[in-house]
Amino acid sequence: MHATDAVQSAKRGIDVCNACRYCEGYCAVFPTMMLQRSFTDTDMAYLANLCHNCNGCYHACQFAPPHPYGINLPRDFAEIRLESYAEYSFPKVLGRAFNRNGLTMLALVGVSLAFVLLGMLLFVPHDILFSAQTGPGAFYRIVSWGVMSLFVGASLGWSVIALSMAARNFWHDTASPLTKAISQSAIRTALKDIATLRYLGGTDGGGCNDIDASFSQTRRHFHHALMYGFLLCLASTSVATLMHHFLGWEAPYSWYSLPVVLGTIGGIGMVIGCIGLIWVKIATDPAPVARRVLGADYALLILLALVAKTGLLLLLFRATPIMGTLLALHLGSVLALFIALPYGKFVHGILRGAALLKSAVEREGREVVGG
Amino acid sequence: MPDFSQFYDVAIIGGGNAALCAAVSARQDGASVIVLEHAPKAFRGGNSRHTRNLRAMHEGPTSVLTESYLEDEYWDDLLRVTGGETDEKLARMTIRQSSRVMPWMSECGVRFQPSLTGTLSLSRTNAFFLGGGKALVNAFYDTAERLGITICYDTEVQSMDLDDGFAKSISVSANGFPQTIRAKTFVVSSGGFQGNIDWLKKYWGEAAENFLIRGTPYARGRMLQNLLDQGVQSVGDPTQFHCVAIDARAPRFDGGIVTRLDDIPFSIVVNKSARRFYDEGEDVWPKRYAIWGRLVAQQEGQIAWSIVDQKSELLFMPSVFPAITAGSIRELAGKIGLDADTLEQTVSEFNAAVQPGDFNPQKLDGCHTEGLAINKTNWARTIDTPPFICYPHRPGITFTYLGVKVDERARVIMADGKPTANLYASGEIMAGSILGRGYLAGFGMTIGTVFGRIAGQEAARHARN
Repeated sequence: MHATDAVQSAKRGIDVCNACRYCEGYCAVFPTMMLQRSFTDTDMAYLANLCHNCNGCYHACQFAPPHPYGINLPRDFAEIRLESYAEYSFPKVLGRAFNRNGLTMLALVGVSLAFVLLGMLLFVPHDILFSAQTGPGAFYRIVSWGVMSLFVGASLGWSVIALSMAARNFWHDTASPLTKAISQSAIRTALKDIATLRYLGGTDGGGCNDIDASFSQTRRHFHHALMYGFLLCLASTSVATLMHHFLGWEAPYSWYSLPVVLGTIGGIGMVIGCIGLIWVKIATDPAPVARRVLGADYALLILLALVAKTGLLLLLFRATPIMGTLLALHLGSVLALFIALPYGKFVHGILRGAALLKSAVEREGREVVGG
Repeated sequence: MPDFSQFYDVAIIGGGNAALCAAVSARQDGASVIVLEHAPKAFRGGNSRHTRNLRAMHEGPTSVLTESYLEDEYWDDLLRVTGGETDEKLARMTIRQSSRVMPWMSECGVRFQPSLTGTLSLSRTNAFFLGGGKALVNAFYDTAERLGITICYDTEVQSMDLDDGFAKSISVSANGFPQTIRAKTFVVSSGGFQGNIDWLKKYWGEAAENFLIRGTPYARGRMLQNLLDQGVQSVGDPTQFHCVAIDARAPRFDGGIVTRLDDIPFSIVVNKSARRFYDEGEDVWPKRYAIWGRLVAQQEGQIAWSIVDQKSELLFMPSVFPAITAGSIRELAGKIGLDADTLEQTVSEFNAAVQPGDFNPQKLDGCHTEGLAINKTNWARTIDTPPFICYPHRPGITFTYLGVKVDERARVIMADGKPTANLYASGEIMAGSILGRGYLAGFGMTIGTVFGRIAGQEAARHARN
């Protein structure tokens, strides 16, 4: 990491935090920072990704603006996170996508939708594309299973590689003697922290400052809806792929089949999560918010909502003549999402997961050493 | 805008913990309540913003407190720090009630946590607020809003119309506009006067210009003065305040806990003449840190410099401001503007007087000097290993002791000993009745919470009748 303005500002803030320590009980960031008196730029990348942006420390801070010290860790950390996504991206040159991420994502979605729509218009006979298709293989009369699998497999495959490399870059850059060995129990702790979004619950379950100085679990609940909705949709697609490949059952599947039930619940969850998180972003006290990161935040939420909504609409209208058009919109947005995964806000899940693992590993390590 | 023409049951003057405990308690007992806070919303909460715990009596371990802390031990602690300048009846009542306030605070949204790292000595006696005092203040304001209490920020109460022990109305400046507010009862919780430098100058002269105020600039004592002028009985020595040595580079107001310095026991401390003036190793720091504010206040220019060498660098919590460092004592003298020859002489005389011993920062180790006019009696080690590390100190005032006298029902007492009819007080403005001298960590919040509750309940009851 570099000594950017946000890194400098956060370092000054942490010096104040370290002399105060009232926030020690809030999240993993504070006990971690209290172990040191001076910090490298890379330390800041780690702490920033460990921060869940819950704003607890901002609203509790007697030195927050307009106090002359002007301590505002959530805002500084949000900016550093964005900078760290670029810093650790693979290949590094594509980290530039984070400079104006909202615009980049908009362009990507536009190109992707246009690509799929034009492709269909050019290669699919219009009497098939614009008429009702029913029975097994209905979707594949418009886009063959092979073509669909090729694009989805290639884009998702690349993104998995790029995200893994980002995690690896982060892990190497922030490595410490304690992170050389990763125990099973540390992995369990980290997975539990991720699965429960522990630090969006205020650690003690009393909630965070989602909107203002009062406490709620709103953001945590919407994030759960989105994250588990997304996972259910992935599960739906995986089950469908297995059914297709091994059993030879072709989509569309009945309303009560496993892939459709998983996809429907997941899709609704994603839509609720996206709308809820967008609402929180609009309603929240703007003081601890970093405006620079909002483009990336909104872009990912809107894109996820688009994927979920087009998927649900496709399900509803799959037996009508607009199925072909909806399929194009859904596949176009899914393609955009998969390409965007390593170059947009989705990276936060990967780097924060890595930061939580590092935190769990180091806590265990210190207990063993007895420090 | 609030309706200032409304005739409220209870008007609360102030916006810190004691004020809000009174407001919420009165509202919970059915009264209509208005809170008048001088500060803007961002700085609401008075000095409660800077607090972090409350001293609570308890008979066994609780969720955040270890072992037990019973009435007699609590009372002994109070007696020791005040040297008897307390009121046993009020103090014991406060102590007993402190064992019952935490569940109510939790209902009001206050969250507790085990004692912070480095404060293990308080884990048995003091319950820490998760996120500190501002988080507590936020929780109370949130509760107050939910209960329908009218809250006015940027509203300074300037005077009270007090007629023969009966409070009729108050005059306020609300966002700069004069208003008169009438109410059936009033609770005054507007703190001490440490934020009023001109008032401090009455006792301390121009030296007060060099005092730093650790907390809110809004504790100006305007209502305190107004009430005393109208024949309310005072408690506490007006010239006295709680004062510690803090980093001289702190802002004039509101620098908070991060400006504290814990290096004195390992250092030598010199004044503007580059001479030592007190035994830096007299006792363990928690027992001695409160005297250094006054010691520095008595030096020329109200400033002093602590000097340690590389050996002691990691033995104390530094303040948030970077240390002044130098490779030699002469260079250091240049950096802090002291006479280099004198400072070198002070250090070399000190070094020559250091006796051999087993240095131990954890206890009174007996490492001392001999033959100096002012010897250092513990932790005396030669100061000879660069870099030399220096912090400037000034007196940092926490709170003043002067206040109004109250009875066990939180009623304000007039000079003739009669209670006022409808005027109550809670918090720093009456704390001098119980803590007339000294300091006991977390006890100010205990007094504020206990008397805030009593004042609110009594005011609501009086308004009903």
